[in-house]
Amino acid sequence: MEHSHDNHAHGHAPEPYKYAAHHSEEEGKKTRRMIWNMFWVLLAITTFEVTLGLVWKYLEINWGAVKMTFIILTVAKAYFIVAYYMHLKHERKALKNTIIIPFVLFALYLLYHIFTEGVYSEMMDKYFF
Amino acid sequence: MSNTATMDSKTAWGGNNESPYGASYGKLMMWFFLISDALSFTGFLSAYGFYRHYYGSLWPSAENVFTHFPFMHGHHPLLYVALMTFILIMSSVTMVLAVEAGHRMDRKGVIVWLGWTLLGGAIFLGSQAWEWYHFIHGTELGAIELGRGTFTLPNGTVEHTYGVIARWADDSKQALLLPWREIAGNITSPFIQLTGEELTKVLASGKEIFGANLTHNEYGHPLFGDFFFFITGFHGTHVFSGVILNFIIFVNVIMGTYQKRGHYEMVEKVGLYWHFVDLVWVFVFTFFYLV
Repeated sequence: MEHSHDNHAHGHAPEPYKYAAHHSEEEGKKTRRMIWNMFWVLLAITTFEVTLGLVWKYLEINWGAVKMTFIILTVAKAYFIVAYYMHLKHERKALKNTIIIPFVLFALYLLYHIFTEGVYSEMMDKYFF
Repeated sequence: MSNTATMDSKTAWGGNNESPYGASYGKLMMWFFLISDALSFTGFLSAYGFYRHYYGSLWPSAENVFTHFPFMHGHHPLLYVALMTFILIMSSVTMVLAVEAGHRMDRKGVIVWLGWTLLGGAIFLGSQAWEWYHFIHGTELGAIELGRGTFTLPNGTVEHTYGVIARWADDSKQALLLPWREIAGNITSPFIQLTGEELTKVLASGKEIFGANLTHNEYGHPLFGDFFFFITGFHGTHVFSGVILNFIIFVNVIMGTYQKRGHYEMVEKVGLYWHFVDLVWVFVFTFFYLV
């Protein structure tokens, strides 16, 4: 802590470092509360997923519904990690869009190809094996 | 110096040294790297999903493959991988707490939380090694990989048996279970069973398989093994490099490098990478073990 009161720590950082984030003791308290809240959310989702994975057969729940639940919960977990732990929710709009839009577009494009062009694997099996 | 900056050749391309993203170069590049890396994993997991559905019931169910728990006997599907997931999420929490401590210039806090993150990463890697060991070794009972031939299903369809994995019904090895359960009924109905003369015929052309490698897999289709080794291996490589990066930053924090620099943004950057590793595992966990 011995250097924490020099000029660099309080917004007078040299030019390339002006974007490095700092916050006060109170803001830190708030952030820590948010971190632990998110932890409980992530833990609850994971516990629910594992439980569902173990009991769905005995409860005779439809597998399609179980699968969709898994996927939705996974995307929800991903959102919480990216938005809060990776801090993307509080970044500038330009940064958010630059990261989210290309990834989502390419991912959908990949899925599109798998769903539409996947028929060729049947031909592969026929001619090569 | 403020308000005196004018547009010249040095600052024109830099937007007068203002980032339109409000982020430093290093953080931005880490984000861009993570996008490309995320696309690699998206590709792997979509390919996995495709082949999984393509091979239908020939594909093993992960809950029948990963059933061990250290120091415990019996059948514990999903339990250990759930614990691994918990450990990785926990290390993500300690990582973001280290970043938070860095924002307050609290060197001791960063050391403590980054230390826990390192420990979590190491435990996760050990767990993965342990799981690979069990997957490679397989069960004592093993399975039979069928040879060339055909098999007629109750509904009259003829299926090729080459490479199909048949598992033993129990320790007595008197009955083999063929993996065509969808045709045999709904998912809870038993597999098609082979006994007596049919069994002897199948055993003559078949091959005994124990555990899994890149070409054989006692639990089911060999592609399952390939995808398992490749995807969890690639993820494990990321965890490993994450632990190395965290360790380098950890040493720098202890030496006071960032305290002198006036900010802990390096912790934030490796933090982004570490959260990404956790994020990928969230998807691997769902698509490999749950779905």
